[in-house]
Amino acid sequence: MTVTALLLGAFAVLGTGMVALTHHNTQARIERNEREYLLRTLNALVPPSEYDNALYEDTITVESRELLGSKKPVVIYRARKEGKPVAAILTPVAPDGYSGNIKLLVAVRYSGEIMGVRVVSHLETPGLGDGIDIAKSDWIKSFDGHSLNDPDELGWRVEKDGGIFDQFTGATISPRAVVKAVYNSLKYYEQHKDEIFRLPEQTQEEAGHGPA
Amino acid sequence: MAQHDYSDIARQGLWNNNPALVQILGLCPLLAVTSTVVNGLALGLATLLTLILSNVTVSLIRHYVSPEIRIPVFVLVIASIVTVIELSMHAFFHELYLILGIFIPLIVTNCSIIARAEAFASKNPVGPAFVDGLMMGVGFAAVLVVLGALREVLGQGTLFANAHLLLGDMARGFEVIVIEDYRGFLLAILPPGAFIGLGLLIALKNVIDSRAEKRRQAQPVVMSQARAGTAG
Repeated sequence: MTVTALLLGAFAVLGTGMVALTHHNTQARIERNEREYLLRTLNALVPPSEYDNALYEDTITVESRELLGSKKPVVIYRARKEGKPVAAILTPVAPDGYSGNIKLLVAVRYSGEIMGVRVVSHLETPGLGDGIDIAKSDWIKSFDGHSLNDPDELGWRVEKDGGIFDQFTGATISPRAVVKAVYNSLKYYEQHKDEIFRLPEQTQEEAGHGPA
Repeated sequence: MAQHDYSDIARQGLWNNNPALVQILGLCPLLAVTSTVVNGLALGLATLLTLILSNVTVSLIRHYVSPEIRIPVFVLVIASIVTVIELSMHAFFHELYLILGIFIPLIVTNCSIIARAEAFASKNPVGPAFVDGLMMGVGFAAVLVVLGALREVLGQGTLFANAHLLLGDMARGFEVIVIEDYRGFLLAILPPGAFIGLGLLIALKNVIDSRAEKRRQAQPVVMSQARAGTAG
């Protein structure tokens, strides 16, 4: 009985040890991968030549359920050159997709013009709503260069609702959700522009604990 | 059981007792990730590696583990191996890991792995256990790849899309566009397409098997007829 129990215990220790060893050896590389992946996505929106700060470290977290779509604090990345603000990358959520949340990156130039939008994760129907993903179509680039007042409020909709943004055949819900989320992000940016660049840097570990 | 027939073990794993087509085990990952060849191949390789490692380990420890605790020990072994593979994949194939996501840790729940540990590896020496793991794994991976190819061609008209995620930058040119300007066939990409595709593969295997069976039965009859012919 005791021998059996000890044996089982020994296997548990051995298995855990193996996992711990692998974790120890891969952890740094995994973290580097994640950082590089994030940076590559951010650089696709704000080219590295336009800023000179540590983009993924210079972040703040803010909360706005109404405009940024999430109850949880949302990260904003800040790009600066020689200390002057260049652009902010907001990470809003479009809560009204066809299935589940659509997580977005919205890069806004300091002047308020959109530098680029990307879908980070979504569960939209493959072949229909997933056209919002840059891997499937270039639709998401149609936001580039627009700003809060260009087009006007009525224009910030999909064509079917009288706006200027295309929808795809058979899928209006996903584009509609994205257009709305991008428009709301611009609104948020306009209302909090100075604050966004003024707030002190906040590492992501602090997110949720710090003052909102 | 003195002599182990390796070719028989191979035939069992690859065809007669194929984990996906005959035992119908591990369907959850099989159906979920086979939307492209590369996804199928990646999960197939991870499962294959798990099967080999777990079979060899279980075979090595089979004399020390008493029957009462063998199942928890097997689960421990398999879970540790899968976690190690998951961490390594996260470190070395990051983007592929992002695509396969939850289905790598879920290899633990693939019944075919514990089934092989219990039914074969725990009763056989290391050599045959290794071959059994290899062949069962290859059999499973082959089904994943074929189903992936089927769904990728029908669903988006390509083959080997995103091969560079698994094979590195040199594989960037591997993508073959089978059907130009294809609008996509939604059903093939969605889960029902996976069920229908797997059903067709199982049916195909059964047709091939029954043909082979008929030929085997037919042969003696033909010979006896022939003999009868010469006699008459």
